[in-house]
Amino acid sequence: MSHPAQVSESSNKKINWDLFSKTALTIRRDIIKMLGIAGSGHPGGSLSCTDILTLLYFHFLRHDAKNPKWPDRDRLIFSKGHGCPALYAALARAGYFNADMLLTLRQLGSPLQGHPDMRRLPGIEASTGSLGQGLSVGIGCALAARFDKKDFKTYVIISDGELNEGQIWEAAAFAPHHKLSNLITILDYNKFQLSGATKDILNMEPVAEKWRVFGWETKEIDGHNHKEIFDAIEWAREAQNAPRIIIAHTIKGKGVSFMENNNHFHGVANTKEETARALKELGENETEIQRILGMIK
Amino acid sequence: MIERKLGAATRDAYGKALVELGKENPDVIVLDADLSKSTRTEMFGKVYPERFIDIGIQEMNLVGIASGLASCGKIPFISSFACFLMNKGYEQLRVGVAFSEQNVKVVTSHGGISVGEDGASQQSVEDFALAYTLPHFTVIVPSDEFAAKSLIKQAALHKGPVYVRTGRSKAPILYNEKTEFKIGKAIQLRDGKDVTLVATGLLVFEALEAAELLKQKGIEAAVVDMHTLKPLDGPLLLSEAKKTGAFVVAEEHSIWGGLGSAVSQFVSQNHPIPVELVAIQDTYAESGKPEELFEKYGLTSKNIVQAAEKVLLKKSK
Repeated sequence: MSHPAQVSESSNKKINWDLFSKTALTIRRDIIKMLGIAGSGHPGGSLSCTDILTLLYFHFLRHDAKNPKWPDRDRLIFSKGHGCPALYAALARAGYFNADMLLTLRQLGSPLQGHPDMRRLPGIEASTGSLGQGLSVGIGCALAARFDKKDFKTYVIISDGELNEGQIWEAAAFAPHHKLSNLITILDYNKFQLSGATKDILNMEPVAEKWRVFGWETKEIDGHNHKEIFDAIEWAREAQNAPRIIIAHTIKGKGVSFMENNNHFHGVANTKEETARALKELGENETEIQRILGMIK
Repeated sequence: MIERKLGAATRDAYGKALVELGKENPDVIVLDADLSKSTRTEMFGKVYPERFIDIGIQEMNLVGIASGLASCGKIPFISSFACFLMNKGYEQLRVGVAFSEQNVKVVTSHGGISVGEDGASQQSVEDFALAYTLPHFTVIVPSDEFAAKSLIKQAALHKGPVYVRTGRSKAPILYNEKTEFKIGKAIQLRDGKDVTLVATGLLVFEALEAAELLKQKGIEAAVVDMHTLKPLDGPLLLSEAKKTGAFVVAEEHSIWGGLGSAVSQFVSQNHPIPVELVAIQDTYAESGKPEELFEKYGLTSKNIVQAAEKVLLKKSK
């Protein structure tokens, strides 16, 4: 778990890159297992933000899994709620709850709802799933920090399909006007939305330029390169007079060959056979694969 | 007849209540969407500029920001016209406030058609219905300045989302500084054995006037100010239903989904009696003076009298 002291003294020398790689791989396996057993959900957009979530939960976030309501914690608002299997897996691996619970995703009574419900699961900072709302909620958290003179940061993860929503641009106009430098936005730019490629459905390009003319400072990175994610978040944390957005170019379905850039897997879960194939690709051991397959009807 | 003595508008009482709340509670934050002169939140903004933000004309963002502030322990009061905040911000209220059970206070002005000359796009005839269907919300419609100030101050202490509708026009005085109000506890303004007039907002005065007119016809009408629409004061409704056996429900709102619907639902489930509704029919209104609009759209004491006579006929069958 990351702690304040580690974060503030972070330097590349101390960074455990191996931990990031291993954790991201574990989260990807978790996502495949959860969705395979649930039989429904969103694999593509979960796998595309896995590396970003890994760096946040296993290095940057000032948080305490044993005290999820700690008032001074950093906030992470996961606005693209449909990608929540990745968030749930990151929370479990960060110690918020037992990883066995991941396999209850989408079942009646499970705290792991189809889209995040902050009232049911510790560690969820906002109930999301209706696109376009998280950035406004993040602004509220950033303003609360300012009102209370607290130094916690607020991170908001949004998606590119979500940029279609008008509310995003209300929030985009508001944050620079109020110089919310304690607000860090990360765009999981995986180039697809439910019905197809974002450039075909509603082209939002030039994306970075749009944010810049709204008053944001921007940085474009490879959203799967841990070093680039690391450096970009460090950069975003040093904002002074304007909010910063990291435009992370990602691959939908990243890490599973037959899911990558295959928009079938936007909102359709992996079948039993696909689960087996994906877990093999992700290097899961045979015993565990058989255990998971045994749980799929 | 009872005297129609006009007091302050309920929105003015909101402004005063906010200034007091600002002093009493440092967690109170006030946000408005470029209508602070009209909603009266500017009264708070002048005294506590550091805790006031006019966010611009963006109702969706307004509600979302309030959700985030509340999640961090603040008590955000957010305001705009009833139609703009409730209708434009509704989906954000649904997910970010109701579903998330966030401690956000939504206080709107310009409720109903007493907005007057600005016309139908600025008037709100749907806000009760919208607020009613949001789980976890408490819904309050104060009838005069004293009710407004007291209930809004209570709303700040109430844990959970609250919707309060205030009005633009001056409201007839019904109470005084000493009147005690309690969220969820209706006020019986007049007792009577024949029919109960259940009203909210500006229609409470109309109901009192109607009761006087009915008295001249030998009909004893009880009058209840249902300032809290949700939760309804069930015990009082039940005892009135058993006593008079006939209700007229009056409100400055569409006939669909407002207090009339809620009271009808309550009596049909608990003690079926005939109910007549005085409300805006399935329509929008128009420009005009508030009193002209009340006349044209059937929201006067005269309409309540007619409804009472009609419900009494049903009762006798």
